[in-house]
Amino acid sequence: MFEAIAFYLFAFLTIVMFYIVVTTKQALYALTALAAGMIFISAFFFILGADFLGAVQIIVYTGAVMALYAFGMMFFDSTRDIKEKQGNKFIVVGLATLAAVLVVVIFAAPMVSENIVAFYPHVEGVGNTQEVGLVLFTKYLIPFEVAAVMLLVAMVAGIVLAGKKMDLSLTLMNAEEIKEAEEKNKKVLS
Amino acid sequence: MEIGLNHYLVLSTILFAIGLVGVMRRKNLLLLFFATEILLNSVNIAFAAISHYYGDLTGQMFAFFVIAIAASEVAVGLGLLIVWFKRHGNIDLDTMTSMRG
Repeated sequence: MFEAIAFYLFAFLTIVMFYIVVTTKQALYALTALAAGMIFISAFFFILGADFLGAVQIIVYTGAVMALYAFGMMFFDSTRDIKEKQGNKFIVVGLATLAAVLVVVIFAAPMVSENIVAFYPHVEGVGNTQEVGLVLFTKYLIPFEVAAVMLLVAMVAGIVLAGKKMDLSLTLMNAEEIKEAEEKNKKVLS
Repeated sequence: MEIGLNHYLVLSTILFAIGLVGVMRRKNLLLLFFATEILLNSVNIAFAAISHYYGDLTGQMFAFFVIAIAASEVAVGLGLLIVWFKRHGNIDLDTMTSMRG
């Protein structure tokens, strides 16, 4: 009973938040609504017994990804209203629904057609975190290492891409120096 | 009122559709990234639900890898966006037509 109440409550909240994300004209509202939606999604993971995944969802998505977006938005003028495509709305909504139904069919077809046998069934007497550790560090060790290397590569790429010209401080320069730096910047970048 | 796997799959579908609508109607690249985050999260819900209802931990493992990929995608994507914004002063998709024939 409580599971049903929690499911419908968080489903409603998540859908509302994500609807705000895709429809609002203010980038800051979209950011805030997305962060709230991520937190609400972690509630589903807790309901489903995936405690570790829920904690990771809160820490990584709301803590790291949303903070990164918030810092990234300082580079853009996020106060301006966002323009949107003026297309046929029926085509857009129809295509989205069709694609989503297709994805669910892809997910559900193998399950309906045959009974799935669990590869790595739940271990009795241990919590979710221990189970995750057992499976992650035995069966999925190589993908785990590859993911670590990929995160390292992404970090280096982020530093290299965003860190250009970060040694200049606009607040410490006078107007002529700023103009000079702009000219040089234009020449280098164009 | 038992909540089954189908409830979660339907919810995942709805969220995926919202994300797809966002991808199709947004022009601003930052908000396009937000829409892709919605897509990834909806799939994560489906993974966790299948993992729970079939007693198999593989779904949760894949959800972890999806989260890792999303994090690295954000790092690289935001770096590219910042470079583009420094060069052109906006991040609208319509201005990125330098490769047209």
